[in-house]
Amino acid sequence: MALYDLLFGPFIEFGFMRRALMGCLALSISGAPIGVFLVLRRMSLMGDVMAHAILPGAAIGFLLSGFSLFAMTVGGVAAGLLVALGAGAIARTTPLREDASFAAFYLVSLGLGVMIVSIKGSNIDLLHVLFGNVLALDDPSIYLIGGIATVTLLSLALIYRLLVAECFDPGFLKSVGGAGGLAHFLFLALVVLNLVGGFNALGTLMVVGLIVLPAASARFWSETVPGQIVASAIIGIVSSLVGLLVSYHAELPTSPAIILAAGAIHALSILAGRHGSFASQALRARHLRG
Amino acid sequence: MKSSLWLIAAALALSTALPAQAADKLKVVATFSVLGDLASEIGGDHVEVRTLVGPNGDAHTFEPSPADAKAMGGAAVLVENGLGLEGWLGRLINVSGFKGEKVIATAGVKPIAWTGAEEEEGHDHDKPEADAEAGHDHDGHDHAAHEGHSHSVDPHAWQNPLNGVLYVQNIVAGFSAADPENAAEYKAKGEELATALKAIDAKFKAEFARVPAERRKIVTSHDAFGYFADAYGIQFVAPEGVSTESEASAADVAKIIRQIKAEKITALFAENITDPRLLNQIARETGVTIGGELFSDALSPPDGPAPTYLKMFENNGAKLLAAMNAPAK
Repeated sequence: MALYDLLFGPFIEFGFMRRALMGCLALSISGAPIGVFLVLRRMSLMGDVMAHAILPGAAIGFLLSGFSLFAMTVGGVAAGLLVALGAGAIARTTPLREDASFAAFYLVSLGLGVMIVSIKGSNIDLLHVLFGNVLALDDPSIYLIGGIATVTLLSLALIYRLLVAECFDPGFLKSVGGAGGLAHFLFLALVVLNLVGGFNALGTLMVVGLIVLPAASARFWSETVPGQIVASAIIGIVSSLVGLLVSYHAELPTSPAIILAAGAIHALSILAGRHGSFASQALRARHLRG
Repeated sequence: MKSSLWLIAAALALSTALPAQAADKLKVVATFSVLGDLASEIGGDHVEVRTLVGPNGDAHTFEPSPADAKAMGGAAVLVENGLGLEGWLGRLINVSGFKGEKVIATAGVKPIAWTGAEEEEGHDHDKPEADAEAGHDHDGHDHAAHEGHSHSVDPHAWQNPLNGVLYVQNIVAGFSAADPENAAEYKAKGEELATALKAIDAKFKAEFARVPAERRKIVTSHDAFGYFADAYGIQFVAPEGVSTESEASAADVAKIIRQIKAEKITALFAENITDPRLLNQIARETGVTIGGELFSDALSPPDGPAPTYLKMFENNGAKLLAAMNAPAK
């Protein structure tokens, strides 16, 4: 009974807990393949960059039409795509590498956002406004996150083989020409979509954590891409559940609790995962000696 | 980023600082919209008021622009709330080279602590009548005393109309000191406002007293109505902490939902300066409809429901009464 109250009670008594869980589940499942490909393609930090690039777009959306999920989503996606496409195009046509080009674009985008906000003259704490709150997911937000998860999984099914090939042969997508470029941009667009959806769910920049942390942990549990995607989704779901319950029982803010749960699982994975962790390396060393 | 802004502000202020009282009108800078409205009501045609934090803005988190510093440097009178509301103001005064008359609107107000309990922290404020006279300070001695005990005191004193009367008296005194020629007119306007505020207070006292005590409970998104609650025996519950910065935990939200259900609270309100989404969620879960928008820290734009200080009370009072008198779910 006590265990039942501990684990299920909050979700049965309160609708907002069920909604928070639902949003986090959708995001975990949708973010898992995105995160795994970001990690395998050595683009983990790109997620962070894109998250910052999206902010000004969402801010503009808010300033134009207030608390409109639609305007803020469209603004965020537009800003994110602009940065992704612009940076990608410059990297392909000039000697400037893609990471430097990304950095340049997102810094400009961030500056622009702050400038627009200042001109408008409103000084409602923007960070507080831009992000949703995981405890305040309304119907449109849930539909948005669910829709993004659906689009992400379907699109990834289309370009899955191209992306896997790119992971093991960086430059593969460039070498196959048209279709390769398209796949790369589609992937970046999916990253942007998931980040925008995540803003609504987790309510902070920490959304990048729920996408990248489980993927980085999954590396220690499976050596195949599909295996890592499944492991990543499971780790994301467990982190969400643990984070929500800790927030409920220990009276802690929710989003950081979820990310710290993912962080704890990551630490555990580094120490005791099946592949490449400290524990497995120690076992293997003994095996070789013996 | 903040420090570089200040450098720019300082440079601009130094290079373009205007001599005080260059124009015919008395140049007044008010820190936020409530004070701005009172200042223009009292000053009428004799003053030119610049409000730093405008309608629907949050005075807790404000970043002044160089133009603000410039306006401040040229101002003859500065009207601030005090009680720690404008944490950013001290530095702005320093960089702007402001040398005019400073009005601390809350001088003479008996501050209440954030917890809602009476606190004997503001020793120098216990004699409202005597202090109202000293509210405008000529040489800055008063200043340190007002910033010293700001951390644990609720600054939203204007939410009690009787405190509003003190605000008016302080502003009138400040204007009269800076511009003795029109002192009689300021005094007349001030008395008009004070009468209106006292009438609002009397009306509220009567109307809220008619609501049964157990129905005088309000859930709102930000804890800004301590003085109002004190004056009319209303209990305010806020899902977030006292500042707009803290994030609510799942436990906080759960507690409020339970409380609303258990005590059959029917009054749920959004505020013009905070995020309504969490409140919407609570409304959906408890089946209580949101009774509209209350104005706490900022007035609405001129075409909104609370463009002036007096209208703010009318708006808030009417909506609160309507929601409290609604049938319980």
